Amino acid sequence: MGALPETQDLAAQRIWALLAEVPDPEIPVLSITDLGIVRHVRADASGALVVGLTPTYSGCPATEAIRAAVRDALDAHGFGAVRIEEVLSPAWSSAWLSARGRGRLREFGIAPPEAAVTSPRQLRPAPLPACPRCGSRDSERLSEFGSTPCKAHYRCNACREPFDYFKCI
Amino acid sequence: MTEPAAAHTAAHVRYVLRLGDTSLILGQRLGEWIGHGPALEEDLGLANLALDFIGQARLLLTYAGELEGRGRDEDALAFLREAPEYANLTLVEQPNGDFACTIVRQWLVDSWQLQLYQALAGSADARLAAIAEKALKETRYHYRFSSGWLVRLGDGTEESRRRTQQALEELWRFTGELFAPDAIDAQMHAAGIAPELAGLRPAWSEAIDADLRAAGLARPADPSYRWQGKQGVHTEELSHLLAEMQHLPRAYPGARW
Repeated sequence: MGALPETQDLAAQRIWALLAEVPDPEIPVLSITDLGIVRHVRADASGALVVGLTPTYSGCPATEAIRAAVRDALDAHGFGAVRIEEVLSPAWSSAWLSARGRGRLREFGIAPPEAAVTSPRQLRPAPLPACPRCGSRDSERLSEFGSTPCKAHYRCNACREPFDYFKCI
Repeated sequence: MTEPAAAHTAAHVRYVLRLGDTSLILGQRLGEWIGHGPALEEDLGLANLALDFIGQARLLLTYAGELEGRGRDEDALAFLREAPEYANLTLVEQPNGDFACTIVRQWLVDSWQLQLYQALAGSADARLAAIAEKALKETRYHYRFSSGWLVRLGDGTEESRRRTQQALEELWRFTGELFAPDAIDAQMHAAGIAPELAGLRPAWSEAIDADLRAAGLARPADPSYRWQGKQGVHTEELSHLLAEMQHLPRAYPGARW
């Protein structure tokens, strides 16, 4: 970013601001910058600006919708020449969720991710998330899978409400 | 292209296709469970797994098509090839059977992929390494799901133990193929693209034994016959699967949503 000429630097800043307004199609309270899937806005070898997007999960159906929404946002604001590229490595992590995003998830009724658990061993309990409604940590996991690839299904034992938990990976 | 370079590319394409086809066929099989799971949570779990496998297949088949350089994209590779052109492991094309059978098949594949993707994340092929790094995160929770269920079923009721052991006896014969290298594996290993396949087996075998112990299940004897799905020799099950999966794009060529 530091190597960009000033006008491109300004353009990159404007693009970041634009992308901060593009919602995630499945969890619309989050923008794609909250999710941490915009990896860079930078100049390529020829000096043209490129937006790097990374998928959350290999099979996430929202990936294509997000790409199309980014294309539309760029085109509508005079950035038709800006290219979009897919970035696979480093692989997306739920730790990249912004502080603002975590707060908005909680307000929306989805528990934000705790510390990532990478053990492939079975029956190793992960830390229990706090209920987004009553705040109790007395929760239990109903399923490691939910309505979208990024969510797991939990229940609060204090207020008895089921809730979604934004998974850690 | 020089002859050795062309041969290298052909082997490279074939290697990536094997990985992509294995993910695609397993994803299609898992998708057959949608609406039929034993409980809502397991139905969702299997559908989530299916989605991950199809996503991994898309990344791999797209890459194979680009490497091949004949203009075939992921859809052309998925929908316009016949069974003998498919290079998936024979294990993944086996029918779902009951829930125990699906879990045993899944656990065998997940434990294999865990070893393979860990190794491939360090591949000299940066694109393949990136796909493996991404897939590995998903494989870890796939394995948590399948090995967790293996233990619960094996250590569950008399009926669940009997069915799980039976599924293990039925599917174990396809495991000979998982770590059996051929000329393409050797060539990719020599180029730094693939790990030495047979070298991954001890760690896999150890994990398998630990899970079987926890589940109270007995490991079957190793098979004497080795299936050759990745060389394009399949069981009849694959043709039935492809007939369903490919019906729409073949009946309506070029159709779009």
